[in-house]
Amino acid sequence: MANFETVTVETDLLICGGGMASCGAAVEASYWAKKNGLKVTVVDKAAMDRSGAVAMGLSAINQYVDLNSGNNTLADYIDYVRNDLMGITREDLVANIARHVDTSVHMFEKWGLPIWKDEEGKYVHEGRWQLMINGESYKIIVAEAAKNALAEAGGELIERVFITHPLIQDGKCVGAIGFSVRENKVYVFKAKATMVAMGGAVHVFKPRSTGEGFGRSWYPPFNSGASAFFTIYGGAEMTCQEVRFIPVRFKDAYGPVGAWFLLFKAQATNALDENYMQTNRPELDNWLPYGHVKPVPANLRNYLMLLDVEEGKSPIYMQTAAAIQKIADEAPDEKSAKRKLKELEAEAWEDFLDMTISQAILWASTNTEPEKKPSEIMACDPYFIGSHSGASGAWVSGPEDLQTDATKDEYFWGYAGMTTVPGMFAAGDASGASSHKFSSGSHAEGRIAAKAALAYCVDNPDAPQVDQAQIDALTAEMLKPLDTFEQNKDATTDPDINPAYIRPTQFMFRLQKIMDEYAGGVSSQFKTSDKLIEKGMELMGWLQEDAPNLAAEDLHELMRCWENVHRMFQAEAHMRSILFREETRWPGYYFRSDKPTMDNENWLAFCNCVYNKETGEWTMLKKPVKRITA
Amino acid sequence: MPTFVIPDKCDGCKALDKTACQYICPNDLMVLNKDTMKAYNQEPLLCWECYSCVKICPTQAIEVRGYADFVPMGASVTAMRSTEDILWTLQFRSEEIRPKRFKFPIRKGVSEGMAQPFDHYPTADDDLKSQTLMGEPEALNTELGSVKFDKVPTL
Repeated sequence: MANFETVTVETDLLICGGGMASCGAAVEASYWAKKNGLKVTVVDKAAMDRSGAVAMGLSAINQYVDLNSGNNTLADYIDYVRNDLMGITREDLVANIARHVDTSVHMFEKWGLPIWKDEEGKYVHEGRWQLMINGESYKIIVAEAAKNALAEAGGELIERVFITHPLIQDGKCVGAIGFSVRENKVYVFKAKATMVAMGGAVHVFKPRSTGEGFGRSWYPPFNSGASAFFTIYGGAEMTCQEVRFIPVRFKDAYGPVGAWFLLFKAQATNALDENYMQTNRPELDNWLPYGHVKPVPANLRNYLMLLDVEEGKSPIYMQTAAAIQKIADEAPDEKSAKRKLKELEAEAWEDFLDMTISQAILWASTNTEPEKKPSEIMACDPYFIGSHSGASGAWVSGPEDLQTDATKDEYFWGYAGMTTVPGMFAAGDASGASSHKFSSGSHAEGRIAAKAALAYCVDNPDAPQVDQAQIDALTAEMLKPLDTFEQNKDATTDPDINPAYIRPTQFMFRLQKIMDEYAGGVSSQFKTSDKLIEKGMELMGWLQEDAPNLAAEDLHELMRCWENVHRMFQAEAHMRSILFREETRWPGYYFRSDKPTMDNENWLAFCNCVYNKETGEWTMLKKPVKRITA
Repeated sequence: MPTFVIPDKCDGCKALDKTACQYICPNDLMVLNKDTMKAYNQEPLLCWECYSCVKICPTQAIEVRGYADFVPMGASVTAMRSTEDILWTLQFRSEEIRPKRFKFPIRKGVSEGMAQPFDHYPTADDDLKSQTLMGEPEALNTELGSVKFDKVPTL
């Protein structure tokens, strides 16, 4: 076996991941840990300054409930989320995040994040719930506060260590195991409580690009399903594994459209200049009551656009020039119109430069000046992202005080943010059925779950015990791809082509081809059926059998091996959940052609699943949707 | 490849304790070749073009060439990030379109490294089991808001 040193770290709370939820958890946990004499450790595969989905920056904060203005209530936000997700949401979780998120945003500002203000000193809203920011350094600033908090509380940050598996003892989570991607070291973390905040999953499906642009996914390619695997493999009940998210963005580079739709009030049209939201409006009657709510749910907006694409009415355009002209025309004189145009131009470019620089490159390389010509938009590929308009993640406990008599037995089991595995907590993309938390809400959810996790540590003060046999077995399994490569590489003249093993890049392509063609990817316009899924699962079975033959030349490739095993588990949970839910509920995300309509009588419910790592069996569960607002 | 390194400018961060681009890349792509002491992108297929390495490089040795499978040649977007703001230069494919320059703030009121995590708002109680998070309920309020919370709200 490859020669690795083992480093053992003992702590109270282990936070896995380095993105927004992790930073929220780190800052909150440090505050309470200092008061209670507890230790907090953060482990991340990247560098916290640029780790996670906000690595590049953001041009807006998408969840600000603005409770203290009196304009919005918690119930308003719950309505917005429930309707956008076609009725499938945990209102207790959404409400809990919504009542704490404004605190996160106010703290971001105290930490140095520039939030746009108007003449009266009020935040500039992009939309009802969205604030405009100068967000190039959003993540760096939030990470800085987290790192300073850890330092003040005597906590520890360990970067460039990739977590592969949870440690489970007697049904409880007692830590995690992984390896350094910089030196030959295995890391064993023994913790009283463990927070899963390792992001969503990208590249489970084949992206649209055919070559070098493979990495230009809308959500980052380094969100590789680690949270999903950790919770699934650990035996946690999962929810909404069928609820993928497919954003509509500027075509190919996937630049954001939010500012164009919300701030500039631009319209999208097909090639015939028809606004598909108007011409296809009658279709919304088939998806009631959600078809008639405002704003129209994201998946239905996608669907109305995709109907035009299928009818051959592409390209679909964002009418940028018309929108800018309309705003400029509203100026009182020519001079202020000119000034306004210049302002809008800078805002439009900053929107890309803050969060999708590739789109600025694409516009520059296609001589696109948005004030002069429209730009194409298109649906991206499917992503697993519990923080946005998807919902996949672990099934977690809500807070006690927001439950009703009807919900308490279903949605509360002691600690907010805890999964069904004692000691294992989840936040951000790792927790499900609490959509529309975005960057700020993920931070807030990390704070909620971290405080609850420390309460769990105080209530369960015994040092975590882990069988050495489990650590030895996971270490051997984790490092096996290095041995496989070393033992077989000289059997052929090309280390890429070797009948004894499969390298992770080809393994990923194989996974993506299965998902694309059988589970409703881009090439089938997001359509699938029971028969397609069943066939896809047969192919997936062989992929799973081949996973132990993954090979890695170095530590970087070893990380790629495990990222793709993680993706494979997300893929299986997705296919099983699509098959279990016998209806089509989010037609713009996926369409089950054998069950083409929504069935509120039978399926206004959560589809949950549990994996048993001892037997490899999955159990599917239908859980009731119970509202806390009447 | 999406990010590329200009060999004349890259000094391998010899004077620093770590190679900046290798330290920062969220996807573990940038690597220092210890023989040549120059960095390179080891897996351009998975480059998000996030510019983290471009922005952190102390010698401005890293630039981005748009994805070759869908981006026409000739344009460029370069970034110069200081502690206060970021300066962008956009060069279009057509020389008839004047290059654009934008400068945006990246921080306000707090200098780099000085974000104080804890003490901006008082925390109402010390109870680890309460719904009060650090700084609450005071941190829910702003000076301009008309509704003032004296506890964490419920429905």
